[in-house]
Amino acid sequence: MKNTKVIELEEVAIRFSGDSGDGMQLTGTLFSDTSALFGNDISTFPDYPSEIRAPQGTVAGVSGFQVQFGKNKITTPGDLAHVLVAMNPAALKANAAFLNPGASIIFDVDSFSGKNLEKAQYKTDDPFTELKLNDYSLIPVPITSLTKESLKDLELDNKSILRCKNMFALGLICWMFDRPLDYIEGFIQKKFGKKSPLVAEANLAVLHSGYNYGMNLQHMTPQYIVHPAPIEKGIYRNINGNNATAWGFIAAAEKAGLELFIGSYPITPATEVLQALAERKDLGVKSFQAEDEIAGICTTIGAAFAGHLAVTSTSGPGFALKSEALGLSVMAELPIVVVNVQRGGPSTGLPTKTEQSDLLQTLYGRNGESPVVVLAASTPSDCFYYAFLAAKIALERMVPVVLLTDGFLGNGSEPWRVPSMSELPSITPRKAKNPETYLPYNRNPETLAREWAIPGMEGFEHRIGGLEKNNAGGVNQDPENHQRNSEMRAAKVEKVVEMFPELEVTGDSEGDLLVVGWGGTYGHMISSVQSMQDAGKKVSLAHFNYIKPLPKNTAEVFSKFKKIVVCELNLGQFASYLRDKLPGFNYHQVNKMKGLPFSVNELVENFEKIMEA
Amino acid sequence: MTKFNYTAKDFKSTAEVRWCPGCGDYAIMNAVQKTMADMDIAHKDFAVISGIGCSSRFPYYMSTYGFHTIHGRAAAIASGVKSANPALTVWVMTGDGDSLAIGGNHFIHLVRRNIDLNLVLFNNKIYGLTKGQYSPTTDRGMVTKTSPFGTIEDSFVPGQLVLGSRGTFFARAIDNNIKHTQEVLADAAQHKGTSVVEVLQNCVIFNDGIHEHISDPKFRAERQLFLKSGQPMIFGEQEDKGLILEKGKLKVVKIGENGITREDILVHEPKEDNLGLQVALINMALPEFPVAMGVIRSVEAPVYDQEMKKQIETVQAKRKITCMDDLLQSGNTWTVEGENCDEPVKFFNNKCFG
Repeated sequence: MKNTKVIELEEVAIRFSGDSGDGMQLTGTLFSDTSALFGNDISTFPDYPSEIRAPQGTVAGVSGFQVQFGKNKITTPGDLAHVLVAMNPAALKANAAFLNPGASIIFDVDSFSGKNLEKAQYKTDDPFTELKLNDYSLIPVPITSLTKESLKDLELDNKSILRCKNMFALGLICWMFDRPLDYIEGFIQKKFGKKSPLVAEANLAVLHSGYNYGMNLQHMTPQYIVHPAPIEKGIYRNINGNNATAWGFIAAAEKAGLELFIGSYPITPATEVLQALAERKDLGVKSFQAEDEIAGICTTIGAAFAGHLAVTSTSGPGFALKSEALGLSVMAELPIVVVNVQRGGPSTGLPTKTEQSDLLQTLYGRNGESPVVVLAASTPSDCFYYAFLAAKIALERMVPVVLLTDGFLGNGSEPWRVPSMSELPSITPRKAKNPETYLPYNRNPETLAREWAIPGMEGFEHRIGGLEKNNAGGVNQDPENHQRNSEMRAAKVEKVVEMFPELEVTGDSEGDLLVVGWGGTYGHMISSVQSMQDAGKKVSLAHFNYIKPLPKNTAEVFSKFKKIVVCELNLGQFASYLRDKLPGFNYHQVNKMKGLPFSVNELVENFEKIMEA
Repeated sequence: MTKFNYTAKDFKSTAEVRWCPGCGDYAIMNAVQKTMADMDIAHKDFAVISGIGCSSRFPYYMSTYGFHTIHGRAAAIASGVKSANPALTVWVMTGDGDSLAIGGNHFIHLVRRNIDLNLVLFNNKIYGLTKGQYSPTTDRGMVTKTSPFGTIEDSFVPGQLVLGSRGTFFARAIDNNIKHTQEVLADAAQHKGTSVVEVLQNCVIFNDGIHEHISDPKFRAERQLFLKSGQPMIFGEQEDKGLILEKGKLKVVKIGENGITREDILVHEPKEDNLGLQVALINMALPEFPVAMGVIRSVEAPVYDQEMKKQIETVQAKRKITCMDDLLQSGNTWTVEGENCDEPVKFFNNKCFG
């Protein structure tokens, strides 16, 4: 082993990158799962084009998957990668800007030929010089030819052989990071074993070839050691935000003793929420793939009228289509939850990229005075808890709730200590009990929530609708009645604040700069604030999960800092909401509209500038 | 023997009915309430869902569970109600604007899925609630407020749309014939799957008399063909006219002329999957043909809400995951119990309320 370069690291970010047909998402996911099983904390970031198969070999068609793992708490997938796997010249070009100086670049030397260089639109035949990557640790590996060589004795066509290339890269990376192969082997057996044993055999053979290649040529490939992370005791699993959201709803239905219904329409990047729930017939989930976004929410409203925990999932354009019906659930006061997995907009925008630009649409984008409760999850795994809480609020307060997540949370994954159901709070739906006194819009004087009577309950028959109404649900358009009801619906949402914890500050409760964020930027926000705190700066973080209503102590928290900066992936929507709700503070802004998460470095630079000014 | 002994009155709410005097909706409501009483199903198990339009005020006038929703969406909302609880008897009250214009997409997909509910389509060929604009069933050339020089578009034939959407049940009735409307609604209520009943309805204010040439009781026998399952398609004051197929097309013939006997007349078979003939019956129009009334198509097909229920039961019979705790701990999990590890903190204690 004397020739082996062994490097011990706290954390490493790896980026797998190739054509969108090269299987990079699978490769990245398998490596992430393996690392999580190994005991590292991880955070992942899939970054793929909106075309299913963009022209092969072009920069537009590059699909990437970044994972950061480490021995400490990992909060982001890493700004820049330490290791890049580039399956072709286009992948190298697309990712050159996202590499740590001096990073290791493993590339398939077979694919760095004239034609591929041309497709990736290089100006010279030396891509590394052209991209100024000469000082980097370049590791040329003949991935294509070695894959072919390993499979020459199997009766496989050329196309099937080339499909195994990603396993060579994966095997090599597993050797470099000292990961066991058993989990990946199990996966391959399970996926192909029965259906096509030959494909399983081929993938396994290439995986081992990659691993052995690393071992045999250790003089040129460095080996890294990243120790397991010390974390909470318990049972762990890897989960992404969309699955966590779906599971949060199932947990809420079970706690509430209700059946779960999802009416939804496929839309990137939210589709997986619908898929994950459609899979759970074993737990009785009713999933209805509707004909359009409007029918998605309308079937949901129908199911809520019929007494189910009813949810719908969507992304920005779909949320816009749902807005009229969301207003109906405000007027009828039915408990539904809408999840908006935000993406880049406006219009079709950047379907596969992340953004936080639906905040104002969510708060205000409906006709009439139409208040809803708005929550935002902040990590892939806490989507579970905020989905659960959204359902609890809807059912206990008879109010529609919108849960905002985003493409970064929805697709990103992290290890999660799974709770037991006994750890979760109870949910008590407001089922009506007394038919003698029941009127659909009689309210609890404390919470202003009405009672829920559903078709099939004897003696509670009533009519509701989208027209302004009296307590019995009948039409009433008297001026005083509309004024009173409008104020009541607004007050009902405000009273949900009683269910929220106070806004927490990470760091000292007073100082020079309060960094404010909300939703899916949490990982990058906390990393940047901690790195400034480590450098002795008086910086703290207030990260919001409760958007409407705002936590009670928000103004008090803000008042303890000399400066406040609001950071978000839009042009300042939360900042303008805060200016409206809590005037009297001067809100600085950091905004980014690139379809990408913040990087820790850019946040720190911005904070330093604001502090110096 | 009936369980409940309801009368139509048991289905009337105390709300004041606010349709225009003479509106066809009154007659349709009476027929629906009578049908519901006869169904002998518990009052609490009815849900009446509507969209927007004159006819959509319907739920407020019923004493059942009711939901007056938004324009065009009744079919989608009712789909959610019935899928959530297949034990309910769900009725959708809608109009030509509500279901065939703004709600066209939900309408065809409801029919395609074959969800077991009854949809009554009030067809008055005009927008009444917005005071007289042309609708998707307005005849070409008609002058309305938004077509002051006549419309330049053809109308939907609702039955064509239903059959084109793989509909399993379509019937037609007319508001001034309450007895027949009731019979048709009773058949619709019996049918398992989406039943669409088009009721030709008169708007006294904005489209008065639009169906008069069909509805006029004086010419009823000559101008309407009352279809009955298993019976020959015979009409006319003297019951002397009938339909035959000639060169693949329907033709009106006179019994006793040119050697035609009753045996030559087509027999109506709504339960047969005979799309071509059923569409031909739907298309029949004056003056060449009488207008077909009654149940035109009533075939069996899998019912969505029942299939949804069945699928869940089938999966649950063999399930390994029986509760959320099972799911949380299923698949790829690993246990962390090192000496350096902290005791877990419950999320909701840590971050949320206690």
